[in-house]
Amino acid sequence: MIEVSHLFKSFDGEQVLKDISAVFETGKCNMIIGQSGSGKTVLMKSIIGLHRVDSGKIEYDGRNLPDMRMRDIRRLRREVGMLFQGSALFDSMTVMENVMFPLEMFSSSSRKEMENRTKFCLDRVNLNEHSYHLFPSEISGGMQKRVAIARAIALNPKYLFCDEPNSGLDPKTSLIIDQLIYEITHEFNITTIINSHDMNSVIEMGENIIFINNGIMAWSGTNKDIYLADNEDLNDFVFASELYKQVKKINQ
Amino acid sequence: MLMYRVFTKPDRGRMFWKQLPKELEKLGLASLPIVIIISVFIGAIMTIQTKLNTENPLLPTYSTGLVTRDTLLLEFSSTIMCLILAGKVGSNIASEIGTMRITEQIDAIEIMGINSANYLILPKITAFILMMPFLVIFSMAIGLFGGYLVGAFSDIITTADYLLGIQYAFIPYYVFYSVVKSVIFAFLISSVAAYYGYNAYGGALDVGKASTNAVVNSSILILFFNLLVTNLMLN
Repeated sequence: MIEVSHLFKSFDGEQVLKDISAVFETGKCNMIIGQSGSGKTVLMKSIIGLHRVDSGKIEYDGRNLPDMRMRDIRRLRREVGMLFQGSALFDSMTVMENVMFPLEMFSSSSRKEMENRTKFCLDRVNLNEHSYHLFPSEISGGMQKRVAIARAIALNPKYLFCDEPNSGLDPKTSLIIDQLIYEITHEFNITTIINSHDMNSVIEMGENIIFINNGIMAWSGTNKDIYLADNEDLNDFVFASELYKQVKKINQ
Repeated sequence: MLMYRVFTKPDRGRMFWKQLPKELEKLGLASLPIVIIISVFIGAIMTIQTKLNTENPLLPTYSTGLVTRDTLLLEFSSTIMCLILAGKVGSNIASEIGTMRITEQIDAIEIMGINSANYLILPKITAFILMMPFLVIFSMAIGLFGGYLVGAFSDIITTADYLLGIQYAFIPYYVFYSVVKSVIFAFLISSVAAYYGYNAYGGALDVGKASTNAVVNSSILILFFNLLVTNLMLN
């Protein structure tokens, strides 16, 4: 579980996060949603520790990140997996080498065991052996995302962060990636935090949603609650399209 | 601050030793063709220029070889070759690390709990420092060979005079001085390029700017340190 309380963050005097408090539960897909520029990426990067917060607590199962020294932060990060918006695969490595990289770095297993674990992770994200020795530039965007997920789960992370996992993907592939993240979260009991403004994802897997508006946590709830929410900003954001307006009406 | 993060114990020694041969190949061996081409031509041209500009019956016939040798040993193979390699290797390092930065690959390494500066930069600096003395000595030999070709394939100078000149009053300390300079320059080139690449942000245009800044600034530093080391070691 990750618990954030009274989080403040500013850049050059401009307050970007204002008193954010939220709980991201274990074994659930926790989603941070909000318009572009609302502060959701800053919130995610602050939780990971890529941004130092001005004040507030970020507790990873009781361990407060802002109080930690760099060495301890690095140790904590070994329990973290991250799926980046652009996949962030290493260009110079093959698919297999990318997934094996964190294992080579931190695992004390034998080469054979590492290979087996790598194959298990790649198999889990439905990548077949033909792709193992290809370079990231030789595979599609959807496959790159799957490799990135495999790499993120290679070390059995307790926490998984996904920054815009569907960015640049077609609707069908987006659905596959969403499904994969959802399954992995439940299968391995991971605390997953997803940063998204893809409404399909929010409706599909938002078991715990927080809505950020102008740096303030304006609403929180589940994908079931979202249809009944009376927050005007949230409704403007989520039900901006006619299709979702109709869906809301039906659900109400 | 960046160098402090670079020069720490690697998270996994095995990974450092895995990266090092790759960097030795990429930064060192891959630079050999350009070193050979430039050195052989400069050696030949220097021999012709020296001979044509020192036509004087009072000067001994071996002086052309001697001047060519000392110029190659003292300045060309260390300083000029390093300025050329600052362009090739410096831009390579800056653009590679810069691209990794803007495509979030460095963030990915950091998120894994790895000291990215150490993992990415230390093997490059170590490899280039290890390879540079060999490149410089190789450049000296090839440059001298270039001068020999002038003697062999033209009537500007005889090979006998040239060979006598390059052996006459040879001071081994000049080689040592060049090697010391090359090690310093190798550190400057790789660390300055790594700094600009690591701190790149934005898009492809910014990686290009980082690469240019790396080459320009490392070249200026090479010239400054050349003056400093020459004053310290030869004065």
